[in-house]
Amino acid sequence: MTVRLDIEGVTVEAAGARLVDGMRLAVDSGAFVGLVGPNGSGKSTLLRCVYRALRPDGGVVRLDGEDVRTMTPRATARVLAALPQESSAEFDFTVGEVVAMGRLPHRERSAAADREICAAAMDRTGVAHLADRGFLTLSGGERQRVLIARALAQQPRVLVLDEPTNHLDIAHQLDVLSLVRSSGLTVLAALHDLNLAAAHCDVLYVVADGRVVAGGAPHDVLRPALLAEVFGVRAHPVRHPETGAVQLLFDLLPPT
Amino acid sequence: MHRSPPRTPTARPGSARLPVGPLAVGLGLLLLVSLVCGVGLGAAGIGWGEVLRLLWAGLTGGSIEARDVAAYTIVWEIRLPRAVLGAVAGAGLAAVGVAVQAMVRNALADPFVLGISSGAAVGANAVILLGVFAGLGVWALSLSAFASALAATALVYAMARSPHGLTPLRLILTGTALAYGFQALTTVMVFGASRGEAARTAMMWLLGSLGGATWAQVPLAGAAVLAGWGWLRRRSEALNALAMGDETSAALGVRPSVLRRELFLVTAAVTGTVVAVSGAIGFVGLMVPHVARMLVGADHRRVLAVAPLAGAVLLVWADLLSRLVLAPVELPVGVITAVVGVPAFLLLMRRGGYAFGGR
Repeated sequence: MTVRLDIEGVTVEAAGARLVDGMRLAVDSGAFVGLVGPNGSGKSTLLRCVYRALRPDGGVVRLDGEDVRTMTPRATARVLAALPQESSAEFDFTVGEVVAMGRLPHRERSAAADREICAAAMDRTGVAHLADRGFLTLSGGERQRVLIARALAQQPRVLVLDEPTNHLDIAHQLDVLSLVRSSGLTVLAALHDLNLAAAHCDVLYVVADGRVVAGGAPHDVLRPALLAEVFGVRAHPVRHPETGAVQLLFDLLPPT
Repeated sequence: MHRSPPRTPTARPGSARLPVGPLAVGLGLLLLVSLVCGVGLGAAGIGWGEVLRLLWAGLTGGSIEARDVAAYTIVWEIRLPRAVLGAVAGAGLAAVGVAVQAMVRNALADPFVLGISSGAAVGANAVILLGVFAGLGVWALSLSAFASALAATALVYAMARSPHGLTPLRLILTGTALAYGFQALTTVMVFGASRGEAARTAMMWLLGSLGGATWAQVPLAGAAVLAGWGWLRRRSEALNALAMGDETSAALGVRPSVLRRELFLVTAAVTGTVVAVSGAIGFVGLMVPHVARMLVGADHRRVLAVAPLAGAVLLVWADLLSRLVLAPVELPVGVITAVVGVPAFLLLMRRGGYAFGGR
């Protein structure tokens, strides 16, 4: 019951500049796909088009083949949940109230069923004991797990995450990604840390200057030549001694 | 799947949330009692028994004796419409306050932050001081205030619009800037007025007063407030999403630009109507939303069930005090909402456990 996500030639322009320039990428049903690239490469802008905070100037976003523009925003939100990169929490909502917001896109729901779904979502992410706490009083790691619980309460088929591991310590980074992985949903996530991306993603897309410059399995994509060109660093791929996943050690490029 | 180590839930002090159903019923009853008090107390010194008897006679269509006519007129034609209009205005300002704070995501916002009341003041004072629209008689003040409130709204809307829709900061800045302009216009009119009494009337209007309340004003203002409140309650979950941020809102299927535009129109219509009949009564729309959140938490489904009732109760009592404190001189009701409201608000806030804007 998962759904595939296709991004076909999406273009976003602002003040004459192309922030996203005809990006094309496919997320197979149930796959965990990572989006990596330097700051300002257009990752967040692309994701905003996917969860419909931004209308692209060109191109199409499809959920199981259907153009999202033919769906109402609420209908999209019933299929696709997102964790935007946004920490504006002015209001003192409790954790329970934040998670309950995930039910908003659904119609014909009962209070009892909503409570059950939210309780299950909080159990899955290990935040049930925080239900009555104020969201603003939580640590970064706790907040992220609460937001994942909200996304799960949305009962989506696709999950879009914009740098979900930002500002988290290493244990919480691993915790958040394994939580997302075990959801079994189709996932598209923008990630900063290439090693985390390599270890967790089935497919990686590398973006630079608003374009997709490479895509494929992590060990095929994370080549030293490409990393030098895109990120401006010298990378040494090594194998993880236990999992065999490709991991990278970095140096500055030698001055030319 | 994931299990975190069990941790003792640490409730914050003062964060205990009251059950919203009983609280709303209690506030409703309190409002009824307040309305009766608003009718029973006053300079004319009509006894409580008589007030209740006259109220009952009016409600059931019973007959009264000829010597009661004067008292009946005071109760039914002067005090009751005034108390009811106070309740309507209080409820409207509180509901709009909740909506505006969510719309611009700012704790300091109130119904007047968008410049609507300053705009209405220009129209009202044009009537009071310059005698425009004299042909409209008793309706001149309300109509002129409402018309200029709408004009101010249209101006703020046009100036605050951007390719990204109405963004919170642009709304606040535009509203505040234009409010200064409107206030300057009003000040010019007050200083230019030849008659001293007119300036006093203008002052009264600027600080808010229910002194001119009649039954004729109640249906329209009541309908506007009820309709606005009903609409906000239906959109209360969307308000929650908007309060979390525009991106979150979009991800939950609520288009922030569309919702903000709808909110702007609804709050402008309700504020314009309320201001037209009662002047610019301050502080209710700023304070009551925060008090409601302290009592029931931030969820707009709960806040919007409680805040308008609390606003209604507050304003009925504030108006009562404004008539009684310096009787027979009447104070502007806005003075009372501030004098009573400020210490009560600070006390509640210092009790702790209330966070807005992170702290």
